[in-house]
Amino acid sequence: MLVRTEQLRKYFTLGHGQTLHAVDGVSLQISENEILGLVGESGSGKSTFGKALIGLHERTSGEAFYNDELLPARFSAEDHLNYSRDLQMIFQDPYSSLNPRMTILEIVGEGLRIQGKHSTADIKEQVADWLDKVGLNADHMSRYPHEFSGGQRQRIGIARAMIIGPKFVVCDEPISALDVSVQAQVINLLEELKQSMGLTLLFIAHDLSMVRYVSDRMAVMYLGTVIETGPTNEVFFDPKHPYTQLLIESNPEPDPRLEKTRDHIPIKGEITSPVNMGAGCRFADRCPKVMDECKTVTPETISLTDSHSVSCHLYQ
Amino acid sequence: MNNRILEVEDLSVEFSTYGGDVKAVRGVSFAVTRGETMAIVGESGCGKSVTVQAIMGIIPMPPGRITSGSAKLDGNELLGLSPKEANEFRGIQIGMIFQDPMTSLNPTMTIGDQIAETLVVHRHKTYAEASRQAIDLLEKTHIPEAAKRVTQYPFEFSGGMLQRAMIAQSLACNPSILIADEPTTALDVTIQGQILELMDELQRTENMSIILITHDLAVVARMADEVAVMYAGQIVESGSVEDIFYESSHPYTLGLKSAMPSNIGDRDKKLTPIIGSPPDLFSPPHGCGYFARCPYAMRMCEDMQPTNFSVQRTEDHHARCWLQHEAAPAVAEVSQSNQDKDNAG
Repeated sequence: MLVRTEQLRKYFTLGHGQTLHAVDGVSLQISENEILGLVGESGSGKSTFGKALIGLHERTSGEAFYNDELLPARFSAEDHLNYSRDLQMIFQDPYSSLNPRMTILEIVGEGLRIQGKHSTADIKEQVADWLDKVGLNADHMSRYPHEFSGGQRQRIGIARAMIIGPKFVVCDEPISALDVSVQAQVINLLEELKQSMGLTLLFIAHDLSMVRYVSDRMAVMYLGTVIETGPTNEVFFDPKHPYTQLLIESNPEPDPRLEKTRDHIPIKGEITSPVNMGAGCRFADRCPKVMDECKTVTPETISLTDSHSVSCHLYQ
Repeated sequence: MNNRILEVEDLSVEFSTYGGDVKAVRGVSFAVTRGETMAIVGESGCGKSVTVQAIMGIIPMPPGRITSGSAKLDGNELLGLSPKEANEFRGIQIGMIFQDPMTSLNPTMTIGDQIAETLVVHRHKTYAEASRQAIDLLEKTHIPEAAKRVTQYPFEFSGGMLQRAMIAQSLACNPSILIADEPTTALDVTIQGQILELMDELQRTENMSIILITHDLAVVARMADEVAVMYAGQIVESGSVEDIFYESSHPYTLGLKSAMPSNIGDRDKKLTPIIGSPPDLFSPPHGCGYFARCPYAMRMCEDMQPTNFSVQRTEDHHARCWLQHEAAPAVAEVSQSNQDKDNAG
């Protein structure tokens, strides 16, 4: 396992005695050269998990391992410097994640510059090389972010993360701000880089169809907990948790004959806010198969096969 | 009674900027059938929102300018009305909902007041009557505890609930058309399902026509009866939803389809992106707007604007592409000859 978490928790204190349980005991493993897709609705804690995993949030409790080495709960400046060589992140919003006052050369080359081992000419050469790899014109490196379109900015963000030569990259909704035709470009680019650099990726997304295309395995999050994990095709075509089933059912397919003939039973209600959570299954209030014990007893994680596990009382 | 509730003919819209005039919409024509849903599909910047904003009369002028065209609602011209005349239909006969409900509603007014305002202004109701009706409208859009919710402010609503509230507001005057501009883009897939279901239900009960603007072909497949595909300010293909999906005739439609992930079938099939980016609408190309990105482009496409050909198979299916010309070679031949050229060059 390249990356592993044990009961990782991240709480935020809201004041007035309230605590927001953003990530509440997530245990996941990602093996080398694997893409794990992490899906869930907004507010399910998937971005917070990704950030806590690579030290961008301080962990409240639980453990995170990289190469079997325990990562500090709170990264010092030195930890950030050391670990950022191997652990990188691609952010969701290509507009707010690039400093508007820096040129592309400065943005993409910053990681190399901070390492302090590269000459200016060397940095420039590597930036040009990476801009070329992500399909941008290397002559544009003296330009500023506002001169680029959303898809181009997202590629600048990818070049910035990749230039360090990381082993593990958290991709936080890297395509949701992009047009359909451009999404496919970015997906194919990530796939290529995974092959050529032997990358391991945590791919966070709410677009199920895209996750199916990129990921080897997927994990479904709901209100801070992982409720199902397994090989992508298994989870997609044979989902076990009632939430996963509803999530996949509500994902429309670009095929009018299919869409117009199937039943649309939308999932009822909305995701609540994970403030001061008590015991019980977090999906109980929306679940069509809810039983009495769901409301009081937190379900354990059950392994259905070697690779497929689910947290639901239906399978106890 | 005319079967077409809205007929748009040759609509063109420009915006003046410091960099010159942007030709955002270039000669768009379409019609909406009573009680049906028409989807306008396209990517950012293709002019789909500007088209409906022009019809709705909410384009700021200046810098905007409607340079040609007409839009008739039940035979009555909508374009070029004075603000007072425009208020006679805007919000009454045509309702509109937007992509981002959080920024489209007034954060300093309660939800109930915002809905009631529509009725006070357009229907000259008393405030008390309008407020009572606001509760009914929220109930119609399935907002639980509507009586309590009307007194709340937008920040107390979730994204999905706000979109319901906005739909309630747009329904206040029983419009004959609802324009929905990317109504579910900002929402999660589960909430998207709920909102689409609600729109479906309201269309049946209120007998409304819907213009749905979206970039998501899966949403189109689910909702639309008719579809117009827009690219670079023009409608490049139009027809029934079946024509567009199963008999796609414009290379851009084909490109969009192969870039879309599917939930079924082989997942190892690679997604095919559309290479390049849309043309600069400050100086739109003389020929076909899609020329630079089209895998089937022929020499003539660069210089000559394609006519809107009617596609052989069905009556209402049109594609703005030279490949539809009777003298054009079959698609397979063009792609082969282009490949040969690439290999040679």
